[in-house]
Amino acid sequence: MKRMPLYLALGALLCVLPLVCNAYWLDVCVMIGLYALLALSLNVILGQAGIFHMGHAAFFAVGAYVTAILNTLCQWPIFCTMPLAGAAAALFALLVARPIIHLRGDYLLIVTIGIVEIVRIALINDIFGLTGGSNGIFGISRPRLFGFRIVKSAHFYYLVWGMVGASLLLFYGLWRSRFGRALNCIKEDDIAAEGCGVNVTRYKLLAFVLGAFWAGMAGTVYAAKMTTIAPESFNFMESVIIFAVVILSGGSQLGVLVSAFLFIGLPEVLREFSNARMLIFGLAMMIMMIWRPQGLLPPGPRHYAGPSDGLPPAAPRAGNQATEAGRSA
Amino acid sequence: MNLLALQEITKVFGGLIAVNDLSFAVEAGSIVGLIGPNGAGKTTVFNCITGNYTPERGRIFFDGEPITGLKPHRVVELGIARTFQSIRLFGRLSVLENTLAGRHCRMKAGLFACMLHTPGQRREEKAAVARCMEELRFVGLADRCNEAAGGLSYGNQRLLEIARALASDPRLLILDEPAGGMNDQETADLVEIIRAIRQRGITVLLIEHDMRLVMQICEKLVVLEHGALIAEGAPEAMRRHPAVIEAYLGAEDEKW
Ligand SMILES: Nc1ncnc2c1ncn2[C@@H]1O[C@H](COP(=O)(O)OP(=O)(O)O)[C@@H](O)[C@H]1O
Ligand SMILES: [Mg+2]
Repeated sequence: MKRMPLYLALGALLCVLPLVCNAYWLDVCVMIGLYALLALSLNVILGQAGIFHMGHAAFFAVGAYVTAILNTLCQWPIFCTMPLAGAAAALFALLVARPIIHLRGDYLLIVTIGIVEIVRIALINDIFGLTGGSNGIFGISRPRLFGFRIVKSAHFYYLVWGMVGASLLLFYGLWRSRFGRALNCIKEDDIAAEGCGVNVTRYKLLAFVLGAFWAGMAGTVYAAKMTTIAPESFNFMESVIIFAVVILSGGSQLGVLVSAFLFIGLPEVLREFSNARMLIFGLAMMIMMIWRPQGLLPPGPRHYAGPSDGLPPAAPRAGNQATEAGRSA
Repeated sequence: MNLLALQEITKVFGGLIAVNDLSFAVEAGSIVGLIGPNGAGKTTVFNCITGNYTPERGRIFFDGEPITGLKPHRVVELGIARTFQSIRLFGRLSVLENTLAGRHCRMKAGLFACMLHTPGQRREEKAAVARCMEELRFVGLADRCNEAAGGLSYGNQRLLEIARALASDPRLLILDEPAGGMNDQETADLVEIIRAIRQRGITVLLIEHDMRLVMQICEKLVVLEHGALIAEGAPEAMRRHPAVIEAYLGAEDEKW
């Protein structure tokens, strides 16, 4: 792995950051981590499988609300709600994605935008009398990990970035396996993928379900960090930002991290320029798209034990020697 | 014994009858050629066999089992692998990864095993890589395994499609114009490769315009015109068959 040193450097930097940052910047870093988590999970769907899904905020919302409801109404501890939040988001994803999974490109994009809006409006309308309407839910308690209460920004910082680290490892494993290859094949040419034995519908749905599970868990952390959630936190703009982070990244996980820093961190850095801030940000994005339309960091090639470390010895192949010579000429 | 049997297959596109009441069979262990003028419906027949299209009427049997209307990936799992007339490789993936895509349906590692790289998953992956390298060696592309598939020459891309199909352990291999875009030397190599495939016990059904190739390797020809069967039998007999000569009259590019 060529990018290992970069990851180690980034990891070390992230470990010591809370020692030098004030609370404000730590909060910014928590948000960056949260978006990184969301974008890493969307990257499985959008980056690896090439499914144009712009509704990730819907799954994020389902997770956050499941945690908020279970915690405030049933007094469940935050971490106990996390698997359920993930599972609820995954189930929701399965139900809404099943009928639309065969749609392509822009058609799917429009439907997924619709999903975010439907979820947001359902939340505002106090669906099942559980979501608190447009005021949302407040009084969500702080999480406890083995008796340790996670309250301060620094605590959340380590929690979120710990989850980012774990996600990096798990999704890297996925990328290197038959699963990741199947998603890449679907992205390249889904008819060819199906034609050489990949169950395209199943893998697309699995990508959706997995990505939604992660977004649901990110929702848990968000609810616990904010202690108050409202429908407006899960609007279409959130989906667009997560989507843009993945597109800007180029599809690699390191790219997603860098891109999350740029998208969430840069506007904060530019806050001094108050009025011109969004203008500068927009210009930077435009220049990016002109210079690097493929994104910041496309994924590198996978390495396989065997063929990569020295070629296998030349073995006799089908056909005669004359044809062999003919081909190498 | 028949490995593949088509019974009264009809496929309609709008008002056009692309395949009309077609029946033929492919004997296990043979090499059969499906020929006919351009637009005769040959590719459509292939797409019906592989599940890309569902025929309006008729039934298809593979090894005695009905496969009509199954999804393409199920057909591959049952043992029919194909190549495409318009090459459909995964251009940005490597040559080896393209072959591994064909191996996918013979692997079992699930979502969690893949995320966690369990020992079983790693063992399976290693075996798959070894097997796919064998297939690449078989078609003569082993030394290109790490290159992007999109960068290969036309002829080599056709060979890679064959390697990808072979990696799925097919019992029947169907090739849609495998020599299309190949030069004479490459076509000669291809003949050897197709013969070697049969040696491995794999039945071959192919569409081909290169009549020299067809006459060289096929034991049986099925001739289509306007979606209907006009003749079938040994290549020599087909060459002299009046209906076949009629169908090919005026098509100068078809040299016999
Ligand atoms: N997907 C499709 N939709 C409409 N018409 C089609 C489609 N596929 C093939 N056809 C038509 O069916 C006929 C047979 O095509 P095809 O099977 O590709 O012929 P061949 O492979 O023998 O050259 C042609 O007239 C073609 O235009
Ligand atoms: Mg054709």
